[in-house]
Amino acid sequence: MSLTEQSATELLQLLNQGEISSVELTQSYLDQIEAKDSQIGAFLRIDAKAALARAADIDTRRQSGKPLGKLAGLPVAVKDVLCDTETKTTCASRMLENFRPPYDSTVVAKLKAADAVLIGRTNMDEFAMGGSTENSAFQITRNPWDLERAPGGSSGGAAACVAGGMAPLSIGTDTGGSIRQPAGLCGVVGLKPTYGRVSRYGLVAFASSLDQVGPLANTTEDAALLLETIAGHDPLDSTSLDVPVPEYTATINRPLEGLRIGVVREHFATGLDPEVESAVRDAIKVYESLGATVKEISLPHSKYAVATYYVIAPSEASSNLARYDGVHFGHRHSQLSVPDPTSNSLVEMYRCSRSEGFGPEVKRRIMLGAYALSAGYYDAYYLKALKVRRLIRQDFDTAFEQVDLIASPVTAEPAFKIGQLADDPLSMYLVDLYTVSANLAGLPGVSLPCGFSSSGLPIGLQLQAKPLAEETLLRGAHMYQKATDWQSRKLDQLK
Amino acid sequence: MSDSYKTIIGLEVHVQLATNSKLFCRCSTQFGAEPNTQTCPVCIGMPGSLPVMNRTAYQLALKTAVAINCEIPAFTKWDRKQYFYPDLPKGYQISQFDLPMSANGYLEISDEKEGRFEPKRIGITRAHLEDDAGKSIHDEVHGKADSQIDLNRTGTPLLEIVSEPDLRSSAEARAYLEELKLLLEYIGVSDCNMQEGSLRCDANVNLHLETENGKVATPIVEIKNMNSFRAVERAIDYEAERQYRVWQETGQRIGEAPKQTRGWDDASGKTLPQRSKEESSDYRYFPDPDLVPVLSTPEQVAEVRAALGELPASCRSRLSADHGLSPYDANVLVNQGRALLDYFFTTAKTCNDFKTTCNWVTQHVLRILKEQETTIEEFAVSALQLAELITATADGQLPKSRSKDAFEMMCAEKIDVATAIDRLGIEQVDESALVALCQELLATNPKIVADVQAGKQQAVGSLIGQAKKKNPNVDPGRFRELCLELVAKM
Repeated sequence: MSLTEQSATELLQLLNQGEISSVELTQSYLDQIEAKDSQIGAFLRIDAKAALARAADIDTRRQSGKPLGKLAGLPVAVKDVLCDTETKTTCASRMLENFRPPYDSTVVAKLKAADAVLIGRTNMDEFAMGGSTENSAFQITRNPWDLERAPGGSSGGAAACVAGGMAPLSIGTDTGGSIRQPAGLCGVVGLKPTYGRVSRYGLVAFASSLDQVGPLANTTEDAALLLETIAGHDPLDSTSLDVPVPEYTATINRPLEGLRIGVVREHFATGLDPEVESAVRDAIKVYESLGATVKEISLPHSKYAVATYYVIAPSEASSNLARYDGVHFGHRHSQLSVPDPTSNSLVEMYRCSRSEGFGPEVKRRIMLGAYALSAGYYDAYYLKALKVRRLIRQDFDTAFEQVDLIASPVTAEPAFKIGQLADDPLSMYLVDLYTVSANLAGLPGVSLPCGFSSSGLPIGLQLQAKPLAEETLLRGAHMYQKATDWQSRKLDQLK
Repeated sequence: MSDSYKTIIGLEVHVQLATNSKLFCRCSTQFGAEPNTQTCPVCIGMPGSLPVMNRTAYQLALKTAVAINCEIPAFTKWDRKQYFYPDLPKGYQISQFDLPMSANGYLEISDEKEGRFEPKRIGITRAHLEDDAGKSIHDEVHGKADSQIDLNRTGTPLLEIVSEPDLRSSAEARAYLEELKLLLEYIGVSDCNMQEGSLRCDANVNLHLETENGKVATPIVEIKNMNSFRAVERAIDYEAERQYRVWQETGQRIGEAPKQTRGWDDASGKTLPQRSKEESSDYRYFPDPDLVPVLSTPEQVAEVRAALGELPASCRSRLSADHGLSPYDANVLVNQGRALLDYFFTTAKTCNDFKTTCNWVTQHVLRILKEQETTIEEFAVSALQLAELITATADGQLPKSRSKDAFEMMCAEKIDVATAIDRLGIEQVDESALVALCQELLATNPKIVADVQAGKQQAVGSLIGQAKKKNPNVDPGRFRELCLELVAKM
């Protein structure tokens, strides 16, 4: 087995035992990127020299017996939405094409402190708005399973680089499913933590009350390893939760006793692909065979989740993206110098700069959000959405009194073709059907491989747990992973 | 049409709270630094940055809200007020919309000196916290209409205090502002420096007219850009007259014209229409998802109230009720600010004579402070030294007639009373020496003796002058008494 086919957990062991060096490992991944990424397009930028220099430094420190961080020497890819002083943060937008942050996001700082080798910046939908990574202003990312198909999004690059063996670990963000959905479509493990579990400081905001940073990896153990590295309270983020972070890797092998799995009646309605349905139902049977009890539950308000999400997320986005006006941040229309703020040329500059800097989906959401927040519409849209959001959360609270985990599909269908939904924003929004609720309710959710379609595309299983129950979520996911062989079959198929 | 109208005024005051750091980051709030040197990713709205509330700013706001008698709700939150402007880097201001941190307060004002209005209570609608914008500097000197932005001020904590439209004249508006400023200084929440923008005031003005067809209100005008209390007074007076003129010309009532913003031009003494960034705007307020609500318990509020110290209104009534000062004197002392009042109390308690201390402070100390353009903190004569001066005078150690000389010398040379008495050569003149001097002068002025004997007691006056020439330490009162006694015995 080549290095890049092994799990991060295994690689870390090899590194710690001195079997391999970080330079060697990093080089292997750089080689993979060199060989594959011109076709897949997962990365926006690679700085091979910097990555190798960092790997060499870690190797030196390891040899001289100096203390090392938790991920010492492991390459990690980062979605191009988290600030890092050593590279640009573009959010795959023309608007921030040249933005070089003067500060590190907390997650990047934690990765650096853990001695991770930050290998490159991954592609995404512009400002994380989308479900296919087709909204990137710079490039298309292709699904490693089928280059005609999208990897999902918005963390499409993050999922594709792991699926394509170009990084053992990668960081994504999830506002409505942007980690879990591409993980599902690319056949990797992707976890969205509880809202507030991971700091948002330095994450360029899309929708502040929904955004969470989380890990993508090949296995549940790897996801646990990366999550425990980046999680924790951050005084720089007011919404960060001040609770201790369990050591997920220490408990992940312990199966859950008396596990109660919830299956949501509303999840198996029309529109669900039969192959996806049977894969998910089979997965639930696996849990039963492991001693879990399965309970049918109802989330009566889940049918409003997508509508609620597409009021709240664009509303917050319209505000968060106001700062890209060409004055302080973002692309400025080239024909206009700094105008006199009292004249109309100022408005003209805003208009031109924003028209040129943002792509169509971002503009669409800004318009949606500005509309929903405007006088006369606020109560009918935004306020109403907040009320429904509370009801959705209450549904989950009730459900989690009866079950420990909720099992469901991640998406209704396996990976769609590139361009298939590009002209149909509404269908694209409906791709989020199974994932947005977790964001609205602030719950943790994980997506993991649970089978293949007849055409050989991966199918994902989603598990959700109550807030802060990432440990349960990971242990539950790991039970399934151990009982099945999708991991090894995945490697065979991808070859 | 009747000529009578009432001016209806409501004031919005923005107070910069005296914190060391900004409302949502740790940048300094120091005034006057080089442009854009007091900034960080948070206050300039750098992509990815997040605000974290400054506890101290909230505490100062709470202190103020309690001092202006506001109710403090248990729950308050932050909202984004959204508009595009180059000095607003985030594209929104973090403010408080529907659930402000305080509401329903009041401030009492009076005009005891001039009697232009009866004491009254001015309602305070609300006081809420928000972060300040940056400063736009428009340089049109070079013909290029260059605009520059200084973001040092961006994120400075402001408390916006909104009054009810309870004020009826420019004098009341000024009294409200002065009382508010005094209160803010007493509780130490702001330096209230209008030149540096620590205290800013906008006024909403309209008229209520009595007409043949009943009561009518004119459209409300918001006046901005008033940089002193005097400017507020002048602007309101100007605006009332202007609105009356416009009413006579157009008959336009409230609701028939949109709310207008006008800027005060101090040089021309006029309000001029302003092309406002707020014109017909929709701020699209919504709760800021980056911040968490702030909770306060009745116990916390009680703690703040207990730690407020004595407020101006209570100081005034204590000075008149407990220490016998006139309301006018009490007002003068209290209105000078906390430091002067502390000086007064220290002096008065040390010499145990509030009335005499009041005379000294209001007549002499304040005069010297004004002449020297200095503050009580830098004043040459300490409170204890002034108390010594008053005691020395009461003891007779310092003749009353010389006490002012001693005080002037203490001010000029920064010396204590004993030294001043010494340098002025003041000595007690003993009774026998005084009798001898009396006898000497009576002997050499038979005409005066005759005049006195004829009943013109005031003739002694010219002897007092002669006596003081011979010995400046002579107590003129005692000298006069002795003269009259001796003449009577002749």
